[in-house]
Amino acid sequence: MITPDALGYLPETPSQTAGPFVHIGLIPRQAGFDIFENNLGAITLGPEIQGERIRIEGRIYDGTGAVIRDALVEIWQADSFGRFNHPVDQVPGPRDAGFRGWGRTGTDFETGTWSFNTIKPGRVARRHGEGFLAPHIQVWIAARGINLGLLTRLYFEDEAVANAEDPVLRLIEQPERRKTLIAQRVNGAENTYVFDIHLQGEMETVFFDV
Amino acid sequence: MAQEDFIQRDLAAHPLPISPIYKTSMFRGPTRPPLSLKTGMADLTGPIFGAKELGPRDNDLILNYAKAGFPVGERIIIHGRVLDGNARPLRGVLVELWQANASGKYRHRNDHYIGAIDPNFGGCGRCLTDGDGRYIFRTIKPGPYPFRNKVNDWRPAHMHFSVFGTGFAQRLITQMYFEGDPLIRHDSILNTIPDAAARDRLVARLDLAASVPLDTLAYRWDIVLRGTRATVFENKLQGN
Repeated sequence: MITPDALGYLPETPSQTAGPFVHIGLIPRQAGFDIFENNLGAITLGPEIQGERIRIEGRIYDGTGAVIRDALVEIWQADSFGRFNHPVDQVPGPRDAGFRGWGRTGTDFETGTWSFNTIKPGRVARRHGEGFLAPHIQVWIAARGINLGLLTRLYFEDEAVANAEDPVLRLIEQPERRKTLIAQRVNGAENTYVFDIHLQGEMETVFFDV
Repeated sequence: MAQEDFIQRDLAAHPLPISPIYKTSMFRGPTRPPLSLKTGMADLTGPIFGAKELGPRDNDLILNYAKAGFPVGERIIIHGRVLDGNARPLRGVLVELWQANASGKYRHRNDHYIGAIDPNFGGCGRCLTDGDGRYIFRTIKPGPYPFRNKVNDWRPAHMHFSVFGTGFAQRLITQMYFEGDPLIRHDSILNTIPDAAARDRLVARLDLAASVPLDTLAYRWDIVLRGTRATVFENKLQGN
């Protein structure tokens, strides 16, 4: 039962792990069956969508270094103009109304790899302070053993200047930890970036509480 | 639409990232504190879903995978509202649900439990909240099932819920339990939440008034996503 506090605020519903069978509800085809006419989460990139086509991919590692094969991965990002497809984003300027900016997938049951084909986001205007954020993609993961969905940010290796002035990256005190958020370009594969997530250990990814 | 910051999350009302009673979390929960940020545009915004993306039977699990008859089990309705922390209804937000069947068996290639698959039950559904923030599903009550943690650990009957708010920072996945289930107090997953009052917020109440006589029992469960605070005074205070 939900009881308001003395000021009338309602407490947030607590999180619980998504468990090993998250695919049934959110990506049923991966669970092994077809049920909905329309499956949510695919990123559609029609010819009218502007921006550099990129592929982002990676794996998620547990504290022993083992690859996690049963995770859900969602992304949320700006379009190539740095705008979010949402009415709250009232920043003036052009926007790509046909680009949703949201994607959902599961890590592969065999290889543990996740990937999205998307566009490289533009720089988003800062809400607090002047200037712009470095291009980045919000990455949210849920899985068995993860009790509260984990939010992190994917930045791009080849945006060194923007990254150096990004207020969020600069807030990370230890340079080694900052590196956990930088997706690396793959040699030989054009426009592909690798972003591995480490849940624990020396290379533990920086997660955010926003 | 006004820009409001989300009120910071009360992490004490959530499970600990690493909970010894739930062994898998020992290997998968972050060990370091998260970095706290002021709300950015990427947090205030999030995907918006339209009614056209969903099918008419997506929220009726009794019918949405029925092949040659109805699924076996107790016919139930689960309904409630999605509100924010300011007690305002969240309209048109996506609620997704998945569950085991009456035998405690999931339709999933990785579920090896001995329970029987029900040919007429898929086990997932989804809907958008209406103008009052209400959601409703018709389904069958899931059965309890064992899981590998301690050797005799059992999950109480539960539904998995995934919810979007208006902003990506409100994203939530959780589980709902049924009032009166004796397995609730033994559950190693629910008990990852240290606060008893918070655990109780995941327990749906029997709602006889909303039940369909001679047909279907109802349970009611409200979902609360993070609330917001207006930022109208922020500049004034900071700039003196």
